Amino acid sequence: MEKIILFAPLIGAILCGFGWRVLGEKAAMWTTTALVFLSCLFSWVVFLGFDGEMRQVEIFRWIESGSMVADWAIRVDRLTAIMLIVVTTVSAFVHLYSFGYMAHDENWREGESYKPRFFAYLSFFTFTMLALVTADNIVQLFFGWEGVGVASYLLIGFYYRKPSANAAAIKAFIVNRVGDFGFLLGIFALFFLVDSVRFDDIFAAAPVIGETDLTFLNGTWNAANVVGVLLFIGAMGKSAQLFLHTWLPDAMEGPTPVSALIHAATMVTAGVFLICRMSPVMEFAPDAKTMIVVLGTATAFFAATVGLVQNDIKRVIAYSTCSQLGYMFVAAGVGVYSAAMFHLLTHAFFKALLFLGAGSVIHAMHHEQDMRNYGGLRDKIPYTFYAMLIGTLAITGVGIPLTYIGFAGFLSKDAIIESAWGAGATWPFWALVIAAAMTSFYSWRLMFMTFWGTPRGDKHTHEHAHESPRVMLIPLGVLSVGAVLAGMVWHGSFFGDHDQVNRFYGIPVHEVAADAGHGEAAGHGEDAAHGAAMSYPLPGEGALYMAPDNHVMDAAHHAPKWVKAAPFLAMLLGLGTAYLFYIRAPELPGQTAKTFRPVYLFLLNKWYFDELYDAIFVNPAKNIGRALWKGGDGSVIDGAVNGVSMGIVPFFTRVAGRLQSGYLYHYAFAMVIGIAVLITWMMLTGGAE
Amino acid sequence: MDNLLSIITFTPLIAALILGIGLRGEDEAAQKNAKWLALIATTATFLISLFVLFGFDASDPGFQFVEERDWLLGLKYKMGVDGISVLFVMLTTFLMPLTIAACWNVTHRVKEYMIAFLVLETLMLGVFCALDMVLFYLFFEGGLIPMFLIIGIWGGKERIYATFKFFLYTFLGSVLMLVAMVAMYVDAGTTDIPTLLTHQFSAGDIVIGGKTIVGGMQTFLWLAFFASFAVKMPMWPVHTWLPDAHVQAPTAGSVVLAAILLKMGGYGFLRFSLPMFPVASDIWAPMVFWLSAIAIVYTSLVALAQSDMKKLIAYSSVAHMGFVTMGIFAANQQGLDGAIFQMLSHGFISGALFLCVGVIYDRMHTREIDAYGGLVNRMPAYAFVFMLFTLANVGLPGTSGFIGEFLTLAGVFQVNTWVAAVACTGVILSAGYALWLYRRVVFGDLIKESLRAIKDMNLRERAIFAPLVAMTVLLGVYPALVTDIVGPSVEALLSNYNTALIEAEAATRLAQN
Repeated sequence: MEKIILFAPLIGAILCGFGWRVLGEKAAMWTTTALVFLSCLFSWVVFLGFDGEMRQVEIFRWIESGSMVADWAIRVDRLTAIMLIVVTTVSAFVHLYSFGYMAHDENWREGESYKPRFFAYLSFFTFTMLALVTADNIVQLFFGWEGVGVASYLLIGFYYRKPSANAAAIKAFIVNRVGDFGFLLGIFALFFLVDSVRFDDIFAAAPVIGETDLTFLNGTWNAANVVGVLLFIGAMGKSAQLFLHTWLPDAMEGPTPVSALIHAATMVTAGVFLICRMSPVMEFAPDAKTMIVVLGTATAFFAATVGLVQNDIKRVIAYSTCSQLGYMFVAAGVGVYSAAMFHLLTHAFFKALLFLGAGSVIHAMHHEQDMRNYGGLRDKIPYTFYAMLIGTLAITGVGIPLTYIGFAGFLSKDAIIESAWGAGATWPFWALVIAAAMTSFYSWRLMFMTFWGTPRGDKHTHEHAHESPRVMLIPLGVLSVGAVLAGMVWHGSFFGDHDQVNRFYGIPVHEVAADAGHGEAAGHGEDAAHGAAMSYPLPGEGALYMAPDNHVMDAAHHAPKWVKAAPFLAMLLGLGTAYLFYIRAPELPGQTAKTFRPVYLFLLNKWYFDELYDAIFVNPAKNIGRALWKGGDGSVIDGAVNGVSMGIVPFFTRVAGRLQSGYLYHYAFAMVIGIAVLITWMMLTGGAE
Repeated sequence: MDNLLSIITFTPLIAALILGIGLRGEDEAAQKNAKWLALIATTATFLISLFVLFGFDASDPGFQFVEERDWLLGLKYKMGVDGISVLFVMLTTFLMPLTIAACWNVTHRVKEYMIAFLVLETLMLGVFCALDMVLFYLFFEGGLIPMFLIIGIWGGKERIYATFKFFLYTFLGSVLMLVAMVAMYVDAGTTDIPTLLTHQFSAGDIVIGGKTIVGGMQTFLWLAFFASFAVKMPMWPVHTWLPDAHVQAPTAGSVVLAAILLKMGGYGFLRFSLPMFPVASDIWAPMVFWLSAIAIVYTSLVALAQSDMKKLIAYSSVAHMGFVTMGIFAANQQGLDGAIFQMLSHGFISGALFLCVGVIYDRMHTREIDAYGGLVNRMPAYAFVFMLFTLANVGLPGTSGFIGEFLTLAGVFQVNTWVAAVACTGVILSAGYALWLYRRVVFGDLIKESLRAIKDMNLRERAIFAPLVAMTVLLGVYPALVTDIVGPSVEALLSNYNTALIEAEAATRLAQN
């Protein structure tokens, strides 16, 4: 069954991408959609029926070179199961949604067939993403990692006639590659340390790694920290964390369903997944975890500030995604991996919902994306409005404080903020609370600018604004259910008490009395675990690992009431401000922007990261390349070599030039024969000595 | 069939003789016959070589299909393959029919063109099969001649300059190699490669003019061979002949040059430098690492600045060969497996990329990147193929390009993390130049008037690409096909290498006491 989950989308992609001429456009699209739905169905079966026992499904051999053995295999544990439902559910409904969204696309000319290609890319993406989450070794994970990168590249550049889309696609790929640079070195370091790339071996060796010193570049560091930092650099690329985030907003050049699937719900969360997957190693890498917390917090804060002033509806949501990913990393960094996964799950639902909702708005408004040209759309597209409203309530974290009743984001985001507090990370805690206020502000700003007020912009467009077809509304409905319920249903499993979470992730609870006999019965190897580690699970047992001294989750549960209420109050503050700015006093935003013009511009231009990178990386690379080519290759090397070789080349060129070129080969041949004779002579005399 | 390797090696030569003697005339029919004969001969060679592949016992690390007989002047004719060379034989026989098919549109001196390629194939196969040093040298140097002619006669405008540059670079290197071979013969008393592989060349320090030469004779021999193979690879900084040669060579010439001829350098390192001079290899490995790492970064940056498609791909080839040399001298299983894999994979990928350039060059007669743009609008099949090989060139997992890069880097990391880190930036830069090239040529709107009527690939072109696509994906998904064959031989090589190093160290310690 796991194989079907994994390969159904691949088969769909191949059938649709190559076979649509035979199958017909419609049939091809439905085939691939049906296969993804099949995959989705089975994923839910796996998730709900999962008993906590990790199992591996061998597929076939892949890289085998000495001790480097990375075979194709599926690893099913709780972490995989969570990702399976996230990926396949969102993917399936995005496929469905695309029937409507992509039906009439003005970027294409009459008679051009773009839909099968789009669906094939989507399914291909789904396959690679599933390969990523089901990987049984870190190299296979890297296969999926790069695969989603390519799918993302292809889909961002889907409108290949648009120069901006092409530029964004390349940017996404290359920035991700910068992250991969770290990721690859991390893999090599792990292989060097463990002599294996299989997760089982890596996890089992984690405590040893934590005590090993690794000489890397010019220094000697704790091996676990080196690995942790390198892998996190990879995660930063894929999950658009600060410094490697610049590609994500540009990625909005892709069609909106792509933004929902790849750049909100699934691919960008791969970095979080990676850190959670590697939790046994991370637990031994305190410095790496600190770095994760710092960068996660910084991203959450930075992206939220930029989100405050953007006018493109998709960019607002993109920065919001960036910011929410920062939250997840903070949770992972403080050691509450399950809270990170919790937010990953709920975020997938409400962010996909927001994007698809935005897509529906864009669809209604004839591909207008500037919110300054929206306004008063509440009545024109009511279903979309309600869906977006639910998404907004979810992301801003609306719920009843101090209870477990609320929209999805209420439970998961609060879990993260409490975890930050529980870890004693004071300033990340405050930064996240402030970011929560900003989240609320920009989310409501988006809602108010889009659905409230009076219509702005092109009158004609507003008159023709229409609700989207049913294939687009059904996915909105389904995701809305998720956005409302996901938090409440799974709160206990992800962020409940210790036993509940352990049970969920299949982490064995070694109770001293009950387990003593059990351990001995199991026989060899267990003896070593006796004693101090007796009552704690070992790294690699269960889908997540939390070190015995990691009590952050418990501390978070026992956080004071004001801590638990803080994000809610921040949300109210953001909502209130947005209401004031965009409903009560619409002239305020303009005035504020004028008063704080430098700040406004700074934010509007996204802290000038793009300009900075162009100036220090992109342009120098091109210039150095040119300099090396003309200077290095041309003057220095060729100059030296030609100089040393007596200017033979120009000499021969001149000689040959004087001869009729048709006869050239005779001369050349004669020369070569002569050389051959010479060689033979030398060889023979040399041999005779 | 105990002379299978000779049959494979000389089938193309016989076909060339038949063409040279039997075929007269320059008319269309004669041209057609020449092409068909060449195609049939190369295809037959490939089919026969399959017997070698399937008859090859992968678990045996020694030489197989060995044939040995006396030759002129007391020299021996000895052929044989092991796990390291057999796949290069296969690569050659596999690519040659495709190469012949790729020059179907040539009209200038077709017969001679075909002869040149057929002779070239014989010489290349000879290099990989030869088990006698003299024989190896003859094949190795002989390969220069047909390539020299292919570029010099059927090449572009600046072909004379490129030809001489190509010839001089490679020739100067091989003179040194020849001297070294003579010295080896004097020392070991034989030119038999399997014997030389077990012969221990003296590695004791020599003092010349007050300076101590660490590694002694091995160092001299190693450096002499290095001069030859480094040029062939080509390694930085003796790579500058390659871009010129590629740009001027006709498409088929470029394919053979990139896909097979360059591999002779790497093969030479594997056959001579590493196993025969282990001590010197160990001493000089850091230099090779840094030259490789510099090559990867330097040529990738240079590739970014190119406006000529072929030049860009040529520079990218140099970068990819950097991974190979790095992997070889990492001297561990991953490094060597990766290096061999990278060479084979690069054979398919770079060959295919030059063919991709050839496809549009045939139509538009320019290699300038700026002359293109928006080809996807009229050439979807071409866009797909080009995309696939671009991604393979970038080293995407799932294509063969990934495995080699990954394994060589993993190998080097164990030896030197700095080099691994510097080389790893190639992962970023290759994505830069490759995707940027693709974007400028294929994506965008088709606005150039001259491209309005451009046609997608025809059946012949598709048939050429199909096997290359298949191999690139197959080896990317199931690389065990290669590593199973390569693995045992590499393992044997490494165990000899490490033993030799330990013994040499023990000897030095003894000498010091």
